[in-house]
Amino acid sequence: MKAGVVVFPGSNCDHDAYYAVTQNVGAQAALLWHQESQIPSDIDAIILPGGFSYGDYLRCGAIAKFSPIIGAVKKFADAGGLVMGFCNGFQILTESGLLPGALIRNNNLKFRCHQVGLRVETTNTPFTNAAEKGQILTIPIAHGEGCYTAEPHVLDQLEAEDRVVFRYVQNPNGSLRDIAGICNASRNVLGMMPHPERATDPLMGSTDGLVVFRSLLSALVAK
Amino acid sequence: MSTITPEVVAAHSLTPDEYQKVLSLLGREPSLTELGIFSVMWSEHCSYKSSKVHLKKLPTRSQLVLLGPGENAGIIDIGQGYGIAFKIESHNHPSFIEPFQGAATGVGGILRDIFTMGARPIAVLDSIRFGPLDDPQTGPRNRRILEGVVSGIAHYGNCFGVPTVGGECVFHKSYDGNPLVNVFALGVIPKDKIFFGRAEGIGNPVIYVGAKTGRDGIHGATMASDEFTEESKQKRPNVQMGDPFLEKLLLEACLEAMYTGAVVGIQDMGAAGLTCSTCEMGSRAGTGVEIDLQYVPQRETGMSPYEIMLSESQERMLLVAEKGREQEIFDVFNKWGLDSATVGFVTDDGMLRVRDHGVLIAEINNRDLADEAPIYDRPHTKPHRNVPMEAPAFASTDLKADLITLLSSGDLCSKKWIYEQYDYMVRTNTLAGPGGDAAIVRVKETGTSVAISLDGNGRYCYLDPREGAKLVVAEACRNVSTVGALPVAATNNLNFGNPQRPEIMAQLVEAIEGMADACLHFETPITGGNVSLYNETLGEGILPTPVIGIVGLLPTQAPVPSRFQNEGRTVMLLGGIGSSDEVHFGGTQYAHVLLKQMWGLPPALDMDLEKNVHAAIRDIVAAGLVESAHDLSDGGFAVALAEASFDGIGATISLPSSALRPELLLFHEGPSRILVSTTSPEEVSKLADKHGVPAVAIGTTVKGQVVIEGHLSATVEELHQPWATALESALHA
Repeated sequence: MKAGVVVFPGSNCDHDAYYAVTQNVGAQAALLWHQESQIPSDIDAIILPGGFSYGDYLRCGAIAKFSPIIGAVKKFADAGGLVMGFCNGFQILTESGLLPGALIRNNNLKFRCHQVGLRVETTNTPFTNAAEKGQILTIPIAHGEGCYTAEPHVLDQLEAEDRVVFRYVQNPNGSLRDIAGICNASRNVLGMMPHPERATDPLMGSTDGLVVFRSLLSALVAK
Repeated sequence: MSTITPEVVAAHSLTPDEYQKVLSLLGREPSLTELGIFSVMWSEHCSYKSSKVHLKKLPTRSQLVLLGPGENAGIIDIGQGYGIAFKIESHNHPSFIEPFQGAATGVGGILRDIFTMGARPIAVLDSIRFGPLDDPQTGPRNRRILEGVVSGIAHYGNCFGVPTVGGECVFHKSYDGNPLVNVFALGVIPKDKIFFGRAEGIGNPVIYVGAKTGRDGIHGATMASDEFTEESKQKRPNVQMGDPFLEKLLLEACLEAMYTGAVVGIQDMGAAGLTCSTCEMGSRAGTGVEIDLQYVPQRETGMSPYEIMLSESQERMLLVAEKGREQEIFDVFNKWGLDSATVGFVTDDGMLRVRDHGVLIAEINNRDLADEAPIYDRPHTKPHRNVPMEAPAFASTDLKADLITLLSSGDLCSKKWIYEQYDYMVRTNTLAGPGGDAAIVRVKETGTSVAISLDGNGRYCYLDPREGAKLVVAEACRNVSTVGALPVAATNNLNFGNPQRPEIMAQLVEAIEGMADACLHFETPITGGNVSLYNETLGEGILPTPVIGIVGLLPTQAPVPSRFQNEGRTVMLLGGIGSSDEVHFGGTQYAHVLLKQMWGLPPALDMDLEKNVHAAIRDIVAAGLVESAHDLSDGGFAVALAEASFDGIGATISLPSSALRPELLLFHEGPSRILVSTTSPEEVSKLADKHGVPAVAIGTTVKGQVVIEGHLSATVEELHQPWATALESALHA
């Protein structure tokens, strides 16, 4: 598997995602500059990493969505390619319309960084097929704008279509219905606020994030 | 008629004597711009004119020191072709005037010092001090300052993408009108790619990169060298505005530009901006620098040469490139969407020559600016001190209540409310984050990790600046040793009052000498640092507060926790119960929090024993003999025991019989002690014995209880809850 990690100006978890994939997952990775308008043909999955693309100015992810690579990511996703957005990557996915809803300021109005308990709500995705439904993962969050919000009918639809992928065990930011991660209708685009790439090494206190990458690997093998 | 009147000279914070020196160096009267240039370069902040003669006493060398003081940051060899660059710097004055931006730009400034060397920053720690949050008069303002400082640090570090992995947060009345914000940063650098702030190569282009120049921060360095008065609030425009996003781009662009091989020298524009970077780069290389201000990217129109030269706009760098390779530099900065422009060139005559559209504006010898600032051996008498030597009468009625009060006091309570606002994990190197004895970050490029501890103690240093400074170094080294690391180097931030008062100058001199002794003894040379003087408001000085940052090295491995992990383990006190008496109890947290007094002397330090304790714990940790290790410091044994129990496993303790009265036995702060839990007490004793260090078995770990027989008994929850919630309650009182 070769993952393409997109680098926007202000991405700061790009190296972490690259390191996690190459050193801890044992796969390959490449950094993709945001000005590229094509995804190289050897890329099997795309990661939109965390950070502060464009300084989070205007709104988190609101400027990144105009980067040329977003068009290419959309094409990649439309063709069934696997796309994951962590933290700022999730914000970019909602801003660019690849995922529904929005991420707004945490309800305590502060940046929060700590480990959270994350419940796997569905294993019917390429990102959680190696997990067990109801399994609790320990994965850190680090965000100021992670409160997931959407219209009630959108939330109902997400639930009805089994598209809520992760929920917080203890809601850290006011996210509606405790939602921490969702996927699109075709189930090949995942957005989540927690950072699985930070939980892939026993020295970092948890390896629970590996399950996301292992799921990805087996989904790609099955493809 | 002359425009430089005595009033104009005074407004630039230059003394008449200093102005005479300007006249004799120039051989003529300066222009206003030249006067401004002299005033910032000769300010206390840039020239260290009051401290320089004493700073020379600090040890600065060892086999591991690749680069000592004098450059933007010191560098230590960590092996396998890599080094670490680190330094601490203060942003005290700006953080009082505008807490959020003051603290944010403090982080930005020190990060630039690190990456201007070619190092990628991998850790930030902060030492912050405020007036008490519960003071009826000043409490609300202190709370506002703390919240502003913390969110400023979070804003800058989080966005930039450097983890804020630890630090300290301390409260005392003397910081009421003068908070301290000291920021430490550390980066990793390949040994063969170290960059210097030197304008080498006659004819090489001088290139300006990064943010445009605006009118912000003009005379920030001069402001930081003045006392605060009622008028200081009007100095708000002197505080710079930070943009961490721009700094992140600048980091990536600078590292990429360095990688091209076209960069000859580089320096950040910090205090005194374009002025400082040009003349220092020239002075270090023994060259001249000529620039024309028309080429400087500007944010606003109509800026005068004076304003452009003195602006402290953030996120700017000056670099000297190899002639003919300018385009390679421009390409990199264009890629990252940043301005870059050739503003001048290196000359052979040693002069700083500033033109504006060709017209000569300033012409001063670089060396006169950077190295010829007046140096003062200011008179110093006996250190200022206004407390008795004798202890007051005191007697505890409830030791458990005392412990709870201590645990919920400002200095000792949990700082989770603060550090959870910091991204302390980004870059996935944080082996031990905030809340432990020392922070640990791994260096991915090697198998080595770096342990870091920041430490200061104003009360100890007030009672005895010399011994206090030694204790501060000893504790930081102990913290680093407790996690298994060998302390190898230090950086210091000397926060003091007005050096023109002999009794304050005496505090500074004695603290530096004490620090020098201790750093020599513990083999931690000081590779750089910062001096912040004039920390006074309306004539009231802060407690003398030298802050030390100790850096230690250890193999990358799972760290030893500071808390007890399992029931049924033997609890041991490495270094024994320690010694104290009532005189040496007057600087403790017990005296401060419960008796609200200060007297006597700081705890007595035996540096030989201390060093042996460090060696012992390192051997014990390396041998894998302990499940937890936590050093004793503020609040003494009882507080350390409570803290070690906060994962739910407490202990029943039976202390050996002692002549010490119970308050002293439980709460004295005698150094050289570490609390460990182990399954192998004999082997721990054996190793400790090898180093001549007592290791006393004092009890057993148990679930949920903290019992010190004959003195107190509590559930872990009774102790944990007030400790965990105190800061947030105080902030939202």
